Amino acid sequence: MPFIVRRVIFYIVAAWVALTINFFIPRAMPGNAVESIMAKFPNLQPSAYKALQAMLGVGHPGSLWSQYWAYLANVFHFNFGVDVTNYPATVSTLLGQTIPWTVTLVGTATVIAFAAGTVLGILAGWRHGGWLDRVLPGLMFFQAVPYFFLALILLELLAVRGHLLPLGQGYGGGLVPGWHWDFVGSAIYHSLLPAFTIVIASVAGWMLQMRNVMITTIGEDYMLAAQAKGLPSRRVVFSYAARNALLPQLQGFGLAVGFVVSGAIVMEIVFSYPGIGLLLLNAVTSNDFPLMQAIFLVITFAVLLANLVVDMIIVAIDPRARAREGA
Amino acid sequence: MAVALPVSTDPTAAGEERQPRRRMWQRLPTRAKVGAIMLGAFILAAIIGPLLTPYDPSFQNAAPSLSLHPPDAAHLLGTTQSGQDVFSQLLVGIRLTLELALSVGVVATAASVVFGVAAAYLGGVWDEVLSLATNVFLVIPALPLLIILLGYLPQKGQTATVLVLSVLGWPWGARLIRAQTLAIRSRDFVAASRETGERTWRILAFEIVPNEVSLIAASFVNTALYAIGASVALAFIGLADLTSWSLGTMLYWAQSQQALQIGAWWWFVPPGLAVALMGTSLVLLNSGIDELGNPRLRDAGGATAAAWRRLRPTDPTPVLDAAPPPRRWRRGAQPGGEPR
Repeated sequence: MPFIVRRVIFYIVAAWVALTINFFIPRAMPGNAVESIMAKFPNLQPSAYKALQAMLGVGHPGSLWSQYWAYLANVFHFNFGVDVTNYPATVSTLLGQTIPWTVTLVGTATVIAFAAGTVLGILAGWRHGGWLDRVLPGLMFFQAVPYFFLALILLELLAVRGHLLPLGQGYGGGLVPGWHWDFVGSAIYHSLLPAFTIVIASVAGWMLQMRNVMITTIGEDYMLAAQAKGLPSRRVVFSYAARNALLPQLQGFGLAVGFVVSGAIVMEIVFSYPGIGLLLLNAVTSNDFPLMQAIFLVITFAVLLANLVVDMIIVAIDPRARAREGA
Repeated sequence: MAVALPVSTDPTAAGEERQPRRRMWQRLPTRAKVGAIMLGAFILAAIIGPLLTPYDPSFQNAAPSLSLHPPDAAHLLGTTQSGQDVFSQLLVGIRLTLELALSVGVVATAASVVFGVAAAYLGGVWDEVLSLATNVFLVIPALPLLIILLGYLPQKGQTATVLVLSVLGWPWGARLIRAQTLAIRSRDFVAASRETGERTWRILAFEIVPNEVSLIAASFVNTALYAIGASVALAFIGLADLTSWSLGTMLYWAQSQQALQIGAWWWFVPPGLAVALMGTSLVLLNSGIDELGNPRLRDAGGATAAAWRRLRPTDPTPVLDAAPPPRRWRRGAQPGGEPR
């Protein structure tokens, strides 16, 4: 079986596991979520009560098995039910409004951080013991800072005191979202600080990882051969060492992307960025369980998709991945 | 007699260990030393800190002059809006957060050792199922799932948080330990003890696990790091016992009272800085453990620095240790010395 087909099957299994966990959590946890939601939102219609029961499976309409199938069918049709906080808006509508913001911001910033970290890691690994290597412990500090804390400090310094960048939100007040320059320009301007935060917070991790793989790769015999042939340094570094070191780095990217996304989501709260993180915070503070669960699924699917894309890139650049059959 | 053979392969049991162990500290890379000292300071603060707290961290001093008081001699880190002493909160918070990180580290690492070793050693269907579970939980992002789990819990106390964090914290270590166990189980000394009729649990507990100590340490440190990050983020969005003082709940209250916006940096910066420094100590410690296992990564410092300046940086054999590698790593019983 080709590598990529096995990976796709694996991601389908992972998605199914996430769906199943998501189905059983409300049924296994103590307390009656439906009652607590109904108590919190007295203006909900009785029909919402039934819908909530079906969604959270508390009133047990039908057997567990039939509930499970109904749930899978609903998710498959992107039908996450009606939202209780923003009644009568549906959960899917809310997700549709927020996902583009998060995907654009977090996606772009993560790719920039990954690229920058990889290049810095190549240089640090090549000049092992050089100045880039020396500042590494300092960068580790940024790796350990919570994203949201860094975000608040940067916000205070650059926006509140420095007046260089906006205080938050996704775009300037009074603008109507749409594809015109005023809005897009404002959105980019407002995303600079959040994006900068993600880059600062995550670049050290990529750099450290790439550096370590580079140092191990440099010890390989083919590196000695390349230098003995008298190839220019630039070629040896990038075509021989970096190209091989990139593969473990990409595999690491797939696994770490979940962490970055999680950190970035909490960070959105600080900037009141109109993405999925802010929606998640609102869901948490108002005990809006259906929304929380739908967000969990969406984030999980996004991370699985990112992993699949990384696998495709690996197949494209690594002949060994293509050749590997079985195992 | 049958027992003597396998036991002698245990690197920590040998009598000659005494002397190398004393040099252990000197062998540690600088980074790991710095990390260990920082972590030690935090542990010390966590143990004796609550004895030193000048005030009850929850005590609200109603005196209007003590609301948002900047740091001075009486209140080393100032006061909060309701007149609580930030320094006392910080000391208690360090203890609670460190306690949580170490508990999650112990529970989740124990789980990852059990799952990792079981998958590799039992093999067959067991391996298939456990590896699949490990990989699946590795790609499912933890934080959103943690949010749901804690959201549904009626009480979000320390124990509940430790359990929930541990449930999602084991796969990373399990994957590494499985790979390492696969490498060890085909080695001669394991085969020898199997031939002498050792029971499986004894081989696992006395032959395999002791040879994975450095990996287990690394995965403990990493899990603790994850626990700090996740618990602080969860507390920051309000999913914690908000009546107790951890670094995360401190940040939650500071943020919800808009500490930074009203200029009370002494309320907001210390807990965040403590989280960051605690995390940094663990990252440093971890990269030090990495270097110990893979000498190539070691810093080009000290006596070797001069030699380095003359070598081209592209020198293809950057094994930096001028001294021969410590004996322990060279012996056959230590397969973790080089990852290859």
